[in-house]
Amino acid sequence: MDVNILVGGAAGQGMDTVMNLLGKTLVRHGYEIIYTKDYMSRVRGGHNFSRLRIAAQTPWTPVNMIDILVALNEETYLNHISNLSPTGRIIFDPDSFSLPAEERRGLPVELLKLAKEHGGPVMANTVAVGALLVMIGLETGTTEKLLEEFFAGKEGIAEENINALKAGYKSASRKCDACFDLPAVKSDVKKLFIEGNQILGMSALASGCRFLSAYPMTPSTGIMNYLASKSGELPLVVEQAEDEIAAINMALGASYAGVRALTVTSGGGFSLMVEGLSLAGMTETPLVIIVAMRPGPATGLPTRTEQGDLSFVVSAGHGEFPRAVLSATSHEDAFYRLNKAFDLADRFQVPVIFLSDQNFADTHRSLEPFDFGRLTYNRYLVEENEINKPYKRYEITESGISPRALPGQYPGEVVLIDSDEHDEKGNIIEDAKTRNLMVEKRMRKLALLADEMDEPDLYGDTQPERLILGWGSTYGVLREAVDALSAAGIKTAMLHFSDLWPLPRRRLMSLLPHVKKSYCVENNAGGQLAALVRKETGIPVNRLILKYDGRSFMPDEIVREVERDGK
Amino acid sequence: MVNNFMLGETAWCPGCGNFSIREALAEALDELEYKPHEVLICSGIGQAAKIPHYLKVNGFNGLHGRALPPAIGARIANTRLKVIVESGDGDSYGEGGNHFIHNIRRNPDIAHFVHNNQVYGLTKGQASPTSDPGMKTGIQVSGVVHPAFNPLLTALAMGAGFVARCFSGEKEHLKETMKKALEFSGYALVDILQPCVSFNKVNTFGWYRKRVFFPELNALDDWSQAVKLSLQWGEKIPLGIFYNKPRPTFESSQKVLTGKALIDIPFEPKELSKIQEEFI
Repeated sequence: MDVNILVGGAAGQGMDTVMNLLGKTLVRHGYEIIYTKDYMSRVRGGHNFSRLRIAAQTPWTPVNMIDILVALNEETYLNHISNLSPTGRIIFDPDSFSLPAEERRGLPVELLKLAKEHGGPVMANTVAVGALLVMIGLETGTTEKLLEEFFAGKEGIAEENINALKAGYKSASRKCDACFDLPAVKSDVKKLFIEGNQILGMSALASGCRFLSAYPMTPSTGIMNYLASKSGELPLVVEQAEDEIAAINMALGASYAGVRALTVTSGGGFSLMVEGLSLAGMTETPLVIIVAMRPGPATGLPTRTEQGDLSFVVSAGHGEFPRAVLSATSHEDAFYRLNKAFDLADRFQVPVIFLSDQNFADTHRSLEPFDFGRLTYNRYLVEENEINKPYKRYEITESGISPRALPGQYPGEVVLIDSDEHDEKGNIIEDAKTRNLMVEKRMRKLALLADEMDEPDLYGDTQPERLILGWGSTYGVLREAVDALSAAGIKTAMLHFSDLWPLPRRRLMSLLPHVKKSYCVENNAGGQLAALVRKETGIPVNRLILKYDGRSFMPDEIVREVERDGK
Repeated sequence: MVNNFMLGETAWCPGCGNFSIREALAEALDELEYKPHEVLICSGIGQAAKIPHYLKVNGFNGLHGRALPPAIGARIANTRLKVIVESGDGDSYGEGGNHFIHNIRRNPDIAHFVHNNQVYGLTKGQASPTSDPGMKTGIQVSGVVHPAFNPLLTALAMGAGFVARCFSGEKEHLKETMKKALEFSGYALVDILQPCVSFNKVNTFGWYRKRVFFPELNALDDWSQAVKLSLQWGEKIPLGIFYNKPRPTFESSQKVLTGKALIDIPFEPKELSKIQEEFI
C-alpha cells in the first residue's frame, strides 16, 4: 500500500530539510517516491507544506489523503487534519500546541526541546525525521550515513544531527504503536533522488552547455543554482546578469562566439527577453531558453504553478522567424529532451524554448540513473575545406541552413552577423529582392523543424471513445486519471505533447476526429493547447478541463470531470 | 601602407566625425599587429554602431543599447578574441545605461569606444543623454531641460580602471589612446567627441576645436585628479587618458577562463555521467 506523508509549517521551519533527508533515505532503501512542494512567496512565516508519497510502483502524483501529518505548527494541523486518514497519525510538538482531547491519532514529540538538548533549535527537523522513521518502520542507520555525507567537513555538526535523529527516534518509539507498512522493495538498483530543476541543469551540462547567464526568477532559479555549483569544477561560467535583457544578449554573444549557451527564466523575465529572442531569430544564432512557468499576468503567484505561457512563447517576438518549443512529459524525459533542444538549436540555428513549470521544477522523484550515452553532441559547424571563400555567414541554401563558422575559427575569414536585414555576408541591405530571399531562407527551416517534432505520447485504450489532450507537467496526473477511467469501464486514452511547436499533427489527425468526446486538460484559463490544435488542424476539442488557481491537478479532479459526461 | 582592416564605402554623411574614428581604429589595430579574424566588434544601433560593416573584423551588430552584453558573452566563450564595443552616446548611455554601469563592475577585458556626438543622428536629431541643457530639437522644443549625463564621472565612480576622452578631430591622439585602451587589461572606456554635421548645430568641429585642450597630468593613477578632469566641461574641455589603473578582471575571477579558452576544451557527454552520483 501507499504511504502519504505531509510536513507543514511556516516558511523557514525547514520542511525541505525533513523531506530531502527522508526522501533520500527512502530511495537508498530502494523505495519509489515522489515529493512535491507547496510554498508561499515569503522568506519567513506563512503556511508551507510538502507531500511525500511512497508507493509500490513509481508514483506519478501526490494525493490528497494523508497517513502521517507532521505539523510543525498549529496552522498545519488545522489546515490538513480533514485529509488525515482514520488510521493516520500526527507528529507534533506538545510545547507548540495541543490537540483536542478527542483526537487519538496524535504522537507528541518534543521537537524543539530535544533539538536544543542535542545541538540547537535548527535540528528540530532532524528530530522529526527520527520520529518519522519509527512510524514507517525503518532504522536510523541509512539516515545517519546521509547526515555524515551531508555535513562532511563541518566538524561536530553531523554528530549533533545524528544525536538529534536518535533522540527523535527514541522519543517516538516509546509512544508509537501503529507503524505503517511500506510497499515491498522491487529492486536493489541504486536510484537517483532528484528534482526537475536539477535534472535540467544536469542535462544542460551533459549537453555541453558552457555558459549560463540569467537573472534569478522563481521557479527557474534552481537550474541556475545547480549549474553555479558546478562552475568551479567544470568548464562552465555562470553569470548573474543585471537584467533579463542582458541575460539573453550575453547568452547570444557566447553562442555566436562558439559555446553552447543557455538562459533560464519565468514569464515576466521572458517578456523582457523577447527583444533578444527576435534577435536570435534574425541573426540565426542558436540558443536554448528554459521558461519555467508560473501564474501571471505580471508578477502573478510567484511560487505557484501554471501552464499559461504556451501561446506567448509560440508567438513571442517581433517579426517572423522559425523557432521550436519543447516541454517534457516526465522527469526522465526532460533529461533527454533538453539535449534535443540544444541539438535542434545548433542544427537549425534557431532559438529553442523549453517550457517547464513550478510543478515540474520543484518536484523530486526517485528515478533510474540517466544514460548519458544516449545524449548527442554535434555542433554542425562548417569545415574549412567546405567554405566558399570569402566566408558568407548567411549563404542562401536550399535547406535554409547556412554553413556556420565561428569568429576566429578560420584565419583570413570573418563572421559578421546583423540584426538589420542583411545579405549573405551579413551586411545591411534594404533592397526588396535580398529581403525576400532572406525571409524565405529563414522560413524554409520551419518545415525541417516540423519533421523533427516527436508525436504526442499515446497512452490508454487502443480504441478510445474519450480522448484527453495534455502537455508538459500534467503527464503523470493524466496517466493516473486514464488508468482510473479505464478501470471504471470508460474507454479512454490520452495524447500528451512534449514537442509543441511546430505542432506535430499526425496522431492528432488520426485520432481526434474519430473519438466520441475529446477533452483538453490544462493548468490555464484559456485552453491554450486546445486553441493551438484548432488553429493548426481546424478541429475543436469538445471540452476544456482547466485549473488556474496556481495548484497542480490531482487525478480525481480529472476523473470527476470526465465522468460528468456519463459512462 | 596597406591597412588590413579598412573596407570600402560607408553610409555616413560627408564630413561625419565617424570617419576619422574608423581610420584611427583601423590603424591602431594594424599597429598592434592584430589580424582581422582575431578581432570582434560588438555594436548596437545607430550610425556609430554600423562600424562592424565598415571594417574587416568579426562583427556582432545587435540591438539598440545591447552591445555590451553580447560582448561579455563572446569574451567568455573565446578569450582568444580581442573584443571591442563600438557605439554611440544614445546606445551606450541611454538605452544601454544599465549595461554600461554593470559592466564597469564586471570589468571584462573589453575596450568600449563611444562615438559621442551629443545627439541622436539616425533618428534625425533628438536630444541624447549627453546633450547640453538648452539644445533645441524637434522633441525638446523649449530646449533640453535635464542635466547632461557624465559618462566619465560615472565610470570613475563605478571603479573603471581606464577612462579617457578623445576628439575625432585629433586623430593621432585618438589612435594612440585606442592602442592603450586595447592593451589595457580590463574594461576601458574611451568617450570620443564626434561632431554630427547633420543634426548637431551646437557642438560643431569649430565649437570643440575652440575648447579642447590637453591638460598636464601628474599621474595616471590619481583618482581625484581624474574626477576633477571629468567634471570640467564648457569653455575648456580636457582630452586625454584621465585614469589608468588596472584592477582584477572578470576573466581573472573565473578559474576556467584563465587557461584554455572555453571554446577549445573538448567535450564528450558520456564522460560526465558521474555527475549524477551526488543524487544517489
